[in-house]
Amino acid sequence: MSAVTPATRRPRGRTLRAAAGRTGQYAALLCYLAFLAFPLLWLISTSFKSPQELGSIDPTWIPREPSFDNYRAAFDAQPLLRSALNSLLVAGSAALIAVAIAVPAAYVMVRNRSRVTRAGTGWVLISQMFPFVLIIIPLFLVLRNLHLIDSLPGLVMVYVVWNLPFSLWMLRGFVKAVPLSLEEAAAVDGASRLRTLGSVVLPLLVPGVVATLMFSFVTAWNEFFFALVLLKSPENQTMSVILTHFIGAEGAADLGPLAAAAVLATLPSLLLFSLLQRRLAGGMIAGAVKG
Amino acid sequence: MSLTAPRADAAPGSRGAPPPRTPAQRRRALGLDRGAWFLLLPALIPILILSVVPLLYGISLAFTDSQSGRTESTQFVGLANFADLRFDSLFWDSFRIGLVWAVCVTTLQIVLGLGLALLLDQRLRFRWLARTLALVPWAMPEVVVGIMWRLVYHQDAGVLNKTLGDLGLLGLFGNGDNVDWLTDLALALPAVIVVGVWAGMPQTTVVLLAGLQNVPHELREAAAIDGAGIWRRFTSVTWPALRPVVLAITALNFIWNFNSFGLVYVLTQGGPAGETRLPSLFVYEEAFTYGQFGYAAAMGLVLVGVMAVLLTVFLRNRLKEETP
Repeated sequence: MSAVTPATRRPRGRTLRAAAGRTGQYAALLCYLAFLAFPLLWLISTSFKSPQELGSIDPTWIPREPSFDNYRAAFDAQPLLRSALNSLLVAGSAALIAVAIAVPAAYVMVRNRSRVTRAGTGWVLISQMFPFVLIIIPLFLVLRNLHLIDSLPGLVMVYVVWNLPFSLWMLRGFVKAVPLSLEEAAAVDGASRLRTLGSVVLPLLVPGVVATLMFSFVTAWNEFFFALVLLKSPENQTMSVILTHFIGAEGAADLGPLAAAAVLATLPSLLLFSLLQRRLAGGMIAGAVKG
Repeated sequence: MSLTAPRADAAPGSRGAPPPRTPAQRRRALGLDRGAWFLLLPALIPILILSVVPLLYGISLAFTDSQSGRTESTQFVGLANFADLRFDSLFWDSFRIGLVWAVCVTTLQIVLGLGLALLLDQRLRFRWLARTLALVPWAMPEVVVGIMWRLVYHQDAGVLNKTLGDLGLLGLFGNGDNVDWLTDLALALPAVIVVGVWAGMPQTTVVLLAGLQNVPHELREAAAIDGAGIWRRFTSVTWPALRPVVLAITALNFIWNFNSFGLVYVLTQGGPAGETRLPSLFVYEEAFTYGQFGYAAAMGLVLVGVMAVLLTVFLRNRLKEETP
């Protein structure tokens, strides 16, 4: 805000005040940076420390003898690779299915106003308020009757439904950005609804669909509560759940491998998120403000 | 409004006026023609089976004595669960903790998030670094966030005790020895709240920042030329435009925080002595440790009810302020 008018044209008192304001802003930014970064740096630093160093009473920021031993130990201690594959499988299929059924639904919700689509929009909003604790008990019982407890397909189904509201929300914004005139032209040319969606709307939606896919994937990859309740045997568990096994029953943890596994579990989400950051804010705001 | 694409000519669908009707749109059932139903059903069916049905089922469970692993059939018990719940002091303790947690975390998230968003909206150097860093907590699995902060708070190997010790500030929190943050009765809840703020602030910031970028720049420039100071410009130009976004994200954050589970589960499992046992942890234990499905569902229902009331009051008051 203070950079709006060139400082040189102002009286001196103002220039000084602007300079002081600028310094204050940088000081504040520095505080934020420190707050955001220090736990991350500490996690990474811990993951490279030897057990002896972690046992010493004077911890340091930079490991004295950095090594990858913790990463190796993490794979030995728990079925990390297996759980990563489980997570990949579950999150990948849940994201694909959710987006595949959300695209047509979002299209209808934007283009056809009717009682059903309004109810759908209302449900999207209300579902944000669902306490998981209320939904998880009946969900557990329903899935148990379907013999889908402790199975990855069961978890995929849960994640699909759980991802749908946000996918619909984001895609609505993207569909609204597609000019209606294009579809009218296609309709005049005699294209069916499905045809119009497939060959006119969908190509324009690709960036939005990719963003929604990545977001759904990250959400499912990171999810913990449903996986904790619904998966029992270690060979089925996803990475979030396996990570908690590194913390022993009485809270005593093997810090090095714990840190290493935590770093590894974050990498995929982080990678996708860095690719997607711009679209995400846009999609959320588009869905929210234009509702 | 949108960062994704200009949509100057797409307005008819969103602002009341119905879109022009194509021939296919004239044959309708419940306002939708066959093609629309065909597109809608793949989403509608899973929603009905795995979201609406469980929700209704969950509500009905609250009025039964359903338990895990019992052979005799479940009985309808009317309001008995709710009557029991009234005198369950552990539950209400947990409820109080949940409210303290949700209010503190949400307030701090909004205040700090707004501060950061305003900074990021400036032409400052290292802005990119802050933007990137602000995304990391959002992308991280909450389990990892919990683990990370366990390492920060660790009594001997943690960076917090070390830093406070180096600065000579440890005495503020005890007798000068290393503090065990997550098992100290008085400090555990504040410590967990800090983690909640860290984990949720970035998302708030991103949303507020996007809202800020919708505030017309010309307005702020005009105010600056008219000699309005920073504070004046904020209160009379930025804030009115940002208000709806702040309201929406406050309500959402409150809900999310009140329902939060994983973070505290990993950090403290509700301990020490239940000091950080959020309602969601309490219900989880009741249902999946003790197997009291019916009773736990009643708790869930009470939580939803109270939440709905709180939000209605909050939103109504705010909206009233808006229309004098």
